[in-house]
Amino acid sequence: MSVFAPVPLVSGIAAPLLRANVDTDAIIPSREIKGVGKTGLADGLFAGWRYLEPGSRVPDPDFILNDAAFARAPILLAGENFGCGSSREHAVWALHEYGFRAVIAPSFAPIFRGNCVTNGIIPVILDAAAILAITAAGGPVTIDLLAQTVTSGDVAAPFAIDTEAKAMLAQGLDAIDLTARHAAAIAAFHIADRIARPWIYLEATS
Amino acid sequence: MTNSRTLFAKLWDAHVIASLGMGEDLVAIDRVFLHERTGSVALRSLAASGRCVTDPRRIFAVTDHIVDTLPGRTGTLVPGGAAFLEATREETRKAGIHLFDVEDPDQGIVHVISPELAIVLPGATLVCPDSHSCSQGALGALAWGIGSTEAEHAMATGTLRVRRPGTMRVTFSGRLGPGVTAKDMALALIATHGASGGKGHAIEFAGEAVAALDLEGRLTLCNMAAEFGAMTAFVAPDEVIFDYLKGRRYAPRGPAWDAALTAWRLLATDPGATFDREIVMDAHAVAPMMSWGVSPQDSVPIDASIPTPPYTGSSARALDYMALRPGQQLLGTPIDAAFIGSCTNSRLADLRRVAAIVRGRHVANGITAIIVPGSSAVRRAAEAEGIDRIFMDAGFDWRMSGCSLCFYAGGDGFAPGARVISSTNRNFEGRQGPGVRTHIASPETVAASAIAGAIADPRDWPPLPAPGDGKADDRAHAFTAGAEAR
Repeated sequence: MSVFAPVPLVSGIAAPLLRANVDTDAIIPSREIKGVGKTGLADGLFAGWRYLEPGSRVPDPDFILNDAAFARAPILLAGENFGCGSSREHAVWALHEYGFRAVIAPSFAPIFRGNCVTNGIIPVILDAAAILAITAAGGPVTIDLLAQTVTSGDVAAPFAIDTEAKAMLAQGLDAIDLTARHAAAIAAFHIADRIARPWIYLEATS
Repeated sequence: MTNSRTLFAKLWDAHVIASLGMGEDLVAIDRVFLHERTGSVALRSLAASGRCVTDPRRIFAVTDHIVDTLPGRTGTLVPGGAAFLEATREETRKAGIHLFDVEDPDQGIVHVISPELAIVLPGATLVCPDSHSCSQGALGALAWGIGSTEAEHAMATGTLRVRRPGTMRVTFSGRLGPGVTAKDMALALIATHGASGGKGHAIEFAGEAVAALDLEGRLTLCNMAAEFGAMTAFVAPDEVIFDYLKGRRYAPRGPAWDAALTAWRLLATDPGATFDREIVMDAHAVAPMMSWGVSPQDSVPIDASIPTPPYTGSSARALDYMALRPGQQLLGTPIDAAFIGSCTNSRLADLRRVAAIVRGRHVANGITAIIVPGSSAVRRAAEAEGIDRIFMDAGFDWRMSGCSLCFYAGGDGFAPGARVISSTNRNFEGRQGPGVRTHIASPETVAASAIAGAIADPRDWPPLPAPGDGKADDRAHAFTAGAEAR
């Protein structure tokens, strides 16, 4: 069961939001999470920065995504520790629904990075200097996941990504399906573990 | 010393089912905890995909994030919040998962009740779609926060696909000074090494000051690892933890307890084992800390002034948001509100230390001051000791348990522009409401500031002697000897 469209390649304008420690409350404030589901979140993306008043929908002209040149950008250029804070996956669902397919940052918060991979957003790690060079070039950016390169104008930078994450993103693979292939090893683990750590198994107490 | 292993290696290796290559492993997950805000989405999505929970006895759920904490509550004040509660109830019932609902006597914040009920055990892996799951590493477990989709994976397969993190040891040498707590240790660490200083690592907290912390202090310390960019943090379990767990609801009993204890005593880093990174902090040099900006890394000793480097970009924005100036003294800055609660600092030991400061004093005029116990059990225990009366006599609101004003979800909140001093873990822009300016600090510092009506140093507010109460001297002594020392 595929949960998202594969992203072997992402190409287009990159919107620079070069602030450090952009947290998931900033990406989607808790008050914008109004339903039990993964959709209906794009309007709340960066709501605290994107709109002039809390709760309003009047765009703040100073916010980068309200600049017509970046309105449909599929790539976000970000600062250190992007996606820190809450584990809320709504941050990634909001970015995806808005149209982002990749975020390029010097580092990501670990839960956020995992959430990107399970939802079809490529978390690209590049050093801050490369991100500044891409921002300065201002042209279209191409992320080739299979070749693990980012190119933009004169900039061509390789990036590293786990093989698992790469395969999931490039093919739209579902992690639960992948893990199902290990069913025999999981069963064998539990047979041994029940002997080694019987107190972990709660049938006697619950 | 090739046989020397870190505690992390022992915890991890005991759970690896298969290697997936390139540093990723398939890891067995012993416990999954869900809460209504993110767990409801995972449960509903799992059901919609036609998959099922393989072992519901290992899954627990709670209502904590958006439950109303005002007295007499029945549900939630959050617009649309009822749908999250309903989805949690409906899906946990269908899946056969135990839910600690609003009215349950054991209801409370997931990271408070999981230790209280011994759902988390030394040596266990525990995940929850909540970033502060790392708190529970305080019991010698490998506990970390995940996304909702990963929670579906953990429930459907009993496993997670996880990249093995690097190892880091953070040693606090020496002892804490008077009035300095685990919260201050965490903020000092993050202020020194940055909000991403722990990135990619599983952190073992060690050293004399860590060993001297009670269980609550260790939970506070590990809680803040999420603010340090770490995957998780933990402390090697010891007698403090074993004494705490014995006899609690989900703890093993009889021969199973003895077998578990034998295994748990081996959960320590062997002499000579090496870490990928080591950080040493001088506990004696840690002062009560206070944040000034919008990241926990923007924190300074409470009697210091705001740094005066060239402010550009993020830090300039932070000062502007907080309405502060470079070089300004934090002490004496007037506040509008004070909040004590959250998974960081809402446990009985936290509330007892707060009570020692506020007893016989009163919250300053015009200050909104709120205390929210972390669990219904903490609330009952505080009431049995009578410290709820001390809070109410001092002018604090005394509430039902939950996450409450740690964050703003659209219901209960502070006014825009309000300056709030808070025992919580996050001072992000808008975290406690649009435009709200949050300063994070220890519960002692929050209590002292609420009484002063302005940012105050808890060391300037020792417990008052209570005439005719023989315990007053003991309280004062406990305070000066280091509030959390055993």
